[in-house]
Amino acid sequence: MSRCFERSLGVAFALTVGASLMAMAAAPLQFGFGKPATTQEIAGWDIDVRPDGTGLPRGRGSVAQGQALYDEKCASCHGTFGESNSYLQIAGGVGSLATDQPVRTTGSKLNYATTLWDYINRAMPFNAPQTLQPDEVYALTAYVLNLNDIIPADAVLDADSLPKVKMPNRNGFTTDHGFMRRNDTPDTHNVACMKDCVQVVRLSSEMPDYARDQHGNLADQTRTVGATGRIATAKPTGGSTSGLELARAASCTACHGVTEKLVGPGFREVASRYAGDAGAESRLVGKIKAGGTGAWGAVAMPAQPQVKDSEARALVQWILGGAR
Amino acid sequence: MLTDDGKPGHIRPAPEDHPSAPPDPVRRGLLRRAVALGGGAVAAYTAGSARADDGLDKNLPPHVPEWSRTLGAPILASPYGAPSRFEANVKRRESPGLTRTPQSSVAFTPLQNLFGIITPSGLHFERHHAGVPDVDPHQHRLMIHGLVAQPRIYTMDDIVRFPSVSRIHFVECGANTGMEWRNVAVPTVQYSHGMLSCSEWTGVLLSTLLDEVGIDRAKAKYLLAEGADGASLTRTIPLAMALDDVLVCYGQNGEMLRPEQGYPLRLLVPGVQGVSSVKWLRRIEVGDQPWNTREEALHYIDLMPGGKHRQYTWIHEAKSVITAPSGGQVLLDRGYHEITGLAWSGRGKVKRVDVSTDGGRNWRTARLSEPVLTKALTRFRIDWTWNGGPALLQSRVIDETGYVQPTIRQLRTVRGTRSIYHNNAIQTWRVDATGEVSNVQVL
Repeated sequence: MSRCFERSLGVAFALTVGASLMAMAAAPLQFGFGKPATTQEIAGWDIDVRPDGTGLPRGRGSVAQGQALYDEKCASCHGTFGESNSYLQIAGGVGSLATDQPVRTTGSKLNYATTLWDYINRAMPFNAPQTLQPDEVYALTAYVLNLNDIIPADAVLDADSLPKVKMPNRNGFTTDHGFMRRNDTPDTHNVACMKDCVQVVRLSSEMPDYARDQHGNLADQTRTVGATGRIATAKPTGGSTSGLELARAASCTACHGVTEKLVGPGFREVASRYAGDAGAESRLVGKIKAGGTGAWGAVAMPAQPQVKDSEARALVQWILGGAR
Repeated sequence: MLTDDGKPGHIRPAPEDHPSAPPDPVRRGLLRRAVALGGGAVAAYTAGSARADDGLDKNLPPHVPEWSRTLGAPILASPYGAPSRFEANVKRRESPGLTRTPQSSVAFTPLQNLFGIITPSGLHFERHHAGVPDVDPHQHRLMIHGLVAQPRIYTMDDIVRFPSVSRIHFVECGANTGMEWRNVAVPTVQYSHGMLSCSEWTGVLLSTLLDEVGIDRAKAKYLLAEGADGASLTRTIPLAMALDDVLVCYGQNGEMLRPEQGYPLRLLVPGVQGVSSVKWLRRIEVGDQPWNTREEALHYIDLMPGGKHRQYTWIHEAKSVITAPSGGQVLLDRGYHEITGLAWSGRGKVKRVDVSTDGGRNWRTARLSEPVLTKALTRFRIDWTWNGGPALLQSRVIDETGYVQPTIRQLRTVRGTRSIYHNNAIQTWRVDATGEVSNVQVL
C-alpha cells in the first residue's frame, strides 16, 4: 500500500515538478531515491587502479614472495614460467608485435603495470577472485614482471614504485583512429558501385574438406522446417559424453586433456596409472576437492571446493572408466 | 515466380528428398525408431517431407491428422512457455576449440534461424569473463561515485522508480567475425556473425542518474562501469556517450534481464562493442581520464601492421550479413528464393542494403523491413531466382552517414589480418551447383 503510494508520488513528481527542476543546472537529488554512499562503503568497492597509480593501496611485495604465491595459485593455469597459452600467455613475446607472428602476452602487449595489479586484484585467481591481500597482489605483480625481465629478481613493488615501472609496450598504443566518436572518420572508403563493379572475382578462401565436421553435424544446427535443406556433415558420436561435459563444466579441461598432458595429466593417463587400484576412486575424489601434492609433476593441482561431492565422484568414475 | 526454363520454382523442404545431399543419419534414425514404435508425434514433424514408403502419410490429406482427433495439452502445461520440441535445433552454440573454459567463453546466436530483428532472450549470445553470477536482486546495489556532488547507492527498487525508457538496440561483441580476418574458419552464420543480438531494452537513461547525483561537469570526462561478476569486469565509457543514449537496463524483451545478460542490472551502450555494456552492473565511477583496464589494454585492442595497437575502439561501423541462404544450408530446387539478412550500424540508422549474387560484380537494392531504428538490427529482403548454377551471395550496407560496408580486401589493406576486432567485411556465401551453401572469401 505505502509502496504504491510512493510510486505514484514519484511519477507525479517526475511529470509535474521534474520539468521545472530540470531547467536548474544539475540540481542534485531531483528524485531523492536511494541513499548516500558513505566513505566506508565506497572504500570497500572502489578498487580500481589507474595508470597514474591512483587507487593503489598501501602494501608491498617482492619477486621472491611472488614466486611462491605464483607456484601455488597461478602456475596450474599459466604455466611455471608464464608460458602457457591456454589463457592469455603472460610472459614472452616482447618485440614480436610488429612481426607476422605476434606473440601476444601480458609482457609484450601491456602498456602500464598498474593494469596488471588492478586485474590480478579484481579477477584472479580465476576460481577465487578478490581473495588476495594487497601484499600478495604486489608480490604477484612483481613476479610476473620479473618473468618478463622487466624488473630485477630483487625488486620490491609498492604504491610508489609500481606506477614507475616502464612496460616494453608503453608507447605501443594509439587512439588515432575513427572508433571513439560517432562522427569520427572511417579508415575504409568503399563506394556503392552497382554494375560491372569488378572484372574478376577470385575465390581466396573456402572451408577445407577436413574441417567439414569441425563444428559438428550442421544438419542438427538449423530448423527442420524451412526454405532450405540441411547439410549433414558428421556422423552422430557414439557413447555418452556426460563425463566430458561434467569435466568441462567444472573447468577440469582447462588443465587436463582427455588423452594428453596439458598442465596436468590426461584423463586416460590417470586411468592407466590407477587401473586395478580399488582405493583410487575415494582418493581421487578427495584430491579434486582438497587439491593435490604434485603427483604428476612440479605443479600441484589446486583445490576445487566448488565441485559438488556427487559431481566429483561421477567425474572420477568416468575418468577411471577410461574417460570414454 | 518462374525459373529460367519457365517452370514455377518450388521447394522440397527436406534433405531426405534431395538426391545430392548426404543422408542425415540422425533424422533418419529417429524416423525409423518412431516408425518401429508405431509412429506417433515424434515422427510427425517430418510428415510434410516424408515419403509414402515410410508410412508417415497418415496425417496427410485425405487422412485427418491425429492431433485433430485428440484433446491437446491443458493450459499451464508449461507455465513460462518454451518453443515447440521440434525447434530443438535452434539454440546457442559454442565454437569448438575457441576457448578453454566454459566460464570465460562465448555462445553464439543461431542467426540462420531467426526472423525479424528481435533476438529471443534465451538465444541472445553469451560472452562472460568469469561465468554467470547468481545475483539476488534484493542484495544487488548500484553505487555511483567519483566526480559527483552526491555519491549514492541504489537498490533495484530505487532504480525502477526512475523515469524509464524502452529502446531497441543491437549488441555485438567486438570480436564478432574475428576468426575470419585471414581466411574462412567457420561454416555457418551462427559462428561467423552470431556474437550479435538485438533486444528491446528497458531501463533508466544513464544521463538521468548522472543528473541526479550531480556530476562535476568541469572535470568529468569518462566513467568507469564495473560488473558484479567474478571478473569484476570494468570498462571506460566516455561522458559524451553516457549523456547521450546509454541505458542502465533491467528489462529485456518485456521481462527482466536473463542471468546471462546481466540480471538484474546492466549497462547498454548503443552501437558500441558489447564488452562496454557491462553486465551485473554494480558501480559507476565518474572520472577525468580513461582507466586503461585489462579489457582495454590486453584485450579489445586492435593490432595494426607495424605493431601498434588501436586502443578504445568503441564504435561498431556498419555491417551486414545474409542469414538465408547461408552456410550449412542447401537450396533444394531452382526457382524462387528469398534472400534475407541483417544490417546494422553503430553510427545510426541503416540507409540502404544492396545484394549481389555474382560475387560483387552487380548489385541490386534490397527492401528494408520496418522498423528501421538507430543502432538496431534492420531486416532486409530481396527476391532471387536461382537458376541452378553457382552463385556468390553478398550484402553491402550503407548507413545514414553515407559509410559503405568495406570488402575484406579494403579492411586488410588498412588493418592487416591480426587485429581480431571490428571485422565488418562484406560476407560471401557460395552456392554451388548442388545447391549447397558454404562460407568463402573473395578478393
